[in-house]
Amino acid sequence: MSRNANDDTGRPDTGRPDIGRPDTGDTTAGEILRLSDVSMRYGRGPDVLSDISLSLPRGSFHFITGPSGAGKSSLLKLIYLAAQPSSGTVRLFGEDVARMDAKDLPRTRRRIGVVFQDLLLLDHLSAFDNAALPLRVAGHKPAEYRADVTELLAWVGLKNRMHAMPPTLAGGEKQRLAIARAVVNRPEILLADEPTGNVDHEMALRIYRLFVELNRLGTTVIIATHDQDLIARAGRPVLYLDKGRLRPLPPQGPQASGSASV
Amino acid sequence: MGRPVSESFDPAKWRPAAFLPEQDARDPALIFVIAVLCFLACLTGLGVIAGDRAAHGWAGQLRGEATVIVRARGGETPDAAAARAAEVLAGVPGVAEARALEKEKAYELIRPWLGDVTDLEDLPVPRLVAVTLDRGGPATAGSLDRALKGEGVDAVVDDHQVWIKDIRGAASVVRATGAAIFMLIALAAAAMVAFATRAGLAARRDVVEVLHLTGAEDGQIANLFELRFARVAAVAGAIGALAAAMVGATLRMIGGGEGITPALPVAWLDLAAVLPCPLIAALVAAVAARVTARRLIRDL
Repeated sequence: MSRNANDDTGRPDTGRPDIGRPDTGDTTAGEILRLSDVSMRYGRGPDVLSDISLSLPRGSFHFITGPSGAGKSSLLKLIYLAAQPSSGTVRLFGEDVARMDAKDLPRTRRRIGVVFQDLLLLDHLSAFDNAALPLRVAGHKPAEYRADVTELLAWVGLKNRMHAMPPTLAGGEKQRLAIARAVVNRPEILLADEPTGNVDHEMALRIYRLFVELNRLGTTVIIATHDQDLIARAGRPVLYLDKGRLRPLPPQGPQASGSASV
Repeated sequence: MGRPVSESFDPAKWRPAAFLPEQDARDPALIFVIAVLCFLACLTGLGVIAGDRAAHGWAGQLRGEATVIVRARGGETPDAAAARAAEVLAGVPGVAEARALEKEKAYELIRPWLGDVTDLEDLPVPRLVAVTLDRGGPATAGSLDRALKGEGVDAVVDDHQVWIKDIRGAASVVRATGAAIFMLIALAAAAMVAFATRAGLAARRDVVEVLHLTGAEDGQIANLFELRFARVAAVAGAIGALAAAMVGATLRMIGGGEGITPALPVAWLDLAAVLPCPLIAALVAAVAARVTARRLIRDL
């Protein structure tokens, strides 16, 4: 668990995260995210994350898991720039987030897709409008993305629900709509917070396959989940958080090198 | 499972929906309050215009006249002195007419101070000469004085400058008070909009948060609220301006050019003063909403 995915030991890069290694300031073209001794707290409360150090290679696929309150969502918030560390550095796309000019943050956020835990779909907008939102925000004209959004919604199985308002969608449909919105502008990194939390097992697998497909297309994927069964089946590298710290996987937990396919 | 599938949705005909919901339950209350503020602002404006016109009118009348007090000298009778003074003054360039007032007029003027004295003839009551000045190029008090002294008339010229100064001062006070009231109303409207923007941002935090996290710039989000409140304020401004114009029109119709009182003469053209109200209301609201929204978004 202490090997850097981009070090020059000569060992093959398996896409595993490097945990616990302090930031040496060097970045490589293959690294998309690096956290160095990062701690975080809300207001004057206790640390919800403590001394997190990790490095993720571009194009990798990771799960983050751990007990409730372990800091999974907080770690994702740091990565999608909704929170700042109280100490340590976060380097995203090779840049120190703390040193980014405030006016550059929106453009950086456009490179990140997020499936929020509570989805954050806008109830007064149709599924099509919700899915197209990041492209509108980025200033694209409807004519430029109309076909792409249609295709994407079909891809996530919402071809016949494009007009529907979120309150009328079923749980799985909402999840897939949130995923469509997260990936519509082809983000370089996709973060999903409990994306299978409210759906049945079958739907969870369907959603997972969407993520795998996106990962194949080059998107770095990080999924925070409690779903140990999904993690075990996926056989992807796992970051285990406990009480705000990255720790080795407990023996009863899923195997980071598991090879079960889904 | 929700609403049944509609097969009629055609992506080719899709048009982006507004990020903020078209209707907000708070809009009618906000429109009412801003409309009332705009109504008061417009009435203030009309009042200032009418007051200013009245002041100009009075000052103009006073500027066109002068009064000369003539005292008899030597063996000359007061009436003769007044007649001579009127003759001299009539020849001064810039004087349209000079008329010696009858002695009764002079007696009337001093009666409030002396009471009903039976025989005023024994008192050296000065005579008055009313001078009407040429409005195109009025004679000055100095030129009148020099002409009288040149002919040996003992007289004091009063060109009403004291009164004109007072009227000008009063008009300035009316204007300044009107401007202060207008500014207060504009600030009150801005505070209302800022308050409504805060409430709107709180109510639509979901929209703000999603836009923010999907990469919207602060200005983009602020624009949404800016445009929404500018539109609301423009509608409210139009309602307030229309109501004020109707009040002004009613005054004009009831009292003619003098309105309900000569102190506030109303002209039809004055009503045009309310026309910029919707625009000003929209601008004030837009600025207030933008400043408030940007500050709140920055704290997200």
